[in-house]
Amino acid sequence: MAEMALIIVGAIFVNNVVFTKFLGICPYLGVSKKIDTAVGMSMAVVFVLTLAGAITYILQYYVLVPIKMEYLQTIVFILVIASLVQLVEIVMKKVAPALYKALGIFLPLITTNCAILGIAILSVQSNYNFLLTVVFSFASAIGFGVALILFAGIRETLEIREVPKVFAGAPIALIIAGILAMAFMGFAGMVK
Amino acid sequence: MNYADKFKKTFFTENPVTGMLLGMCPTLAVTSSAENGIGMGLATTFVLMGSNLVISLLRNIIPARVRIPAFIVVIATFVTIVDMGLQATLFELHKTLGLFIPLIVVNCIILGRAEAFASKNSVLQSFIDGLFNGLGFTFSLFILGTIREILGSGAILGMTFIPENFRTVLLFVLAPGAFITLGFMLVGMNRISKALGGK
Repeated sequence: MAEMALIIVGAIFVNNVVFTKFLGICPYLGVSKKIDTAVGMSMAVVFVLTLAGAITYILQYYVLVPIKMEYLQTIVFILVIASLVQLVEIVMKKVAPALYKALGIFLPLITTNCAILGIAILSVQSNYNFLLTVVFSFASAIGFGVALILFAGIRETLEIREVPKVFAGAPIALIIAGILAMAFMGFAGMVK
Repeated sequence: MNYADKFKKTFFTENPVTGMLLGMCPTLAVTSSAENGIGMGLATTFVLMGSNLVISLLRNIIPARVRIPAFIVVIATFVTIVDMGLQATLFELHKTLGLFIPLIVVNCIILGRAEAFASKNSVLQSFIDGLFNGLGFTFSLFILGTIREILGSGAILGMTFIPENFRTVLLFVLAPGAFITLGFMLVGMNRISKALGGK
C-alpha cells in the first residue's frame, strides 16, 4: 500500500511526465490554449494511458516473454497503442456517446502522444507487477493532466496581455513551461 | 532539386524543431550536452533516411487506407535497428539516451516526412529529403545542447573551459533550462529565418 502511495505521489508531482520525463510535449504545447480543451485532452489521456498500460503489460509478459521476442517490443507496443486508440473510439461511440462527444477530436490525437508509449516501456523497465503498472500509468496520466491544465490556465490569461512580438506564440509558451518546471522542482527529493 | 534552397529550408526557415515545432520531446530531453544532441540527431537522421527510402519504394504498393499503420511498421523497424546497433557499438550513448531511442517511433518529424514527402516523391529525392531534414534536426539539437552545456556545466563538447571553482548555472542542464533555452532559441531562429526571407 505504501509503495502504491509513493508511486502515485512520485508520478504526479516529483517525476511529472511533462516536467521531468519530457514526455507528451507535443500535445502539451499544442492543446493548451484553452482550459476546456486541456480538460478534454487530459481525460482522454487518463483513459487511454491506463488502458494501454494494462494491455501492454499483458502483451509483454504473456506473449513477448514466453516466445522470447522482447526485442520486438517497440513495434508491437506502438501498433497495439495505435489500434487501441481506434478501438476505444469505435466502442465509445456506441456505448457512451456523451463521453465520446466530450473527448471527440482528442482521441485520435493521442496516438502521437509519446507519453503513452513512453510510460508503457518505463513500466516494463521498472519491473512493476500488473497492479502497480496500472496505478503507475493512471498516476502518470493524472500528472500530465495537472501540468496541462495549470499551463492552459496561465496561457488563457496571457492571451489578453501584451507580449513582445518576437516572443509571441511558442517562445513565450516555452519560457512559461520552464518556469512551471522550476516550480515543480520544489517537489524534488520528496520521493525517490 | 535545388540543394541551396533545400538547405536554407531544412536548417532555418522550415527547420523541423525551430520552424515547425516537431519532435519536441527528444529535443528537450537529450540536449543537456552537445554530444547527446548530436547522438540523438544522427540516430533520428538514420531512421529518417531509411524510412523515407523504403516508404518511397513502396509508395505505389501501400493502399492509401492503411498507409499510416504501414508507415509506422517501417519506421518502428528502423528504430529497432538503431536501438540494437547503438547498444552493440556505443553503449554509453545508448544508456544516456535510454527511453528516447524507442521513442523515435513517435517522433512526428519522421511520420510527417513520410506522409508529406516520401509517399509522393521518387526514391532518390525522398532519401535526400530524409538526409536534409535529419541534419536540420541534428543542427537544432546541437545548438541547443551547446548553449545548455556552456551555461550549465561550463564545457564545450565535454571539454571544460572555465576555472575549477567558478560556479555555473546548474539550472540549464536541468529540466527548466531546457524549456527556457529553447524559448529564447526560437526567438533567435525566427529572427534569422526572417532575415533569410522565409515566412
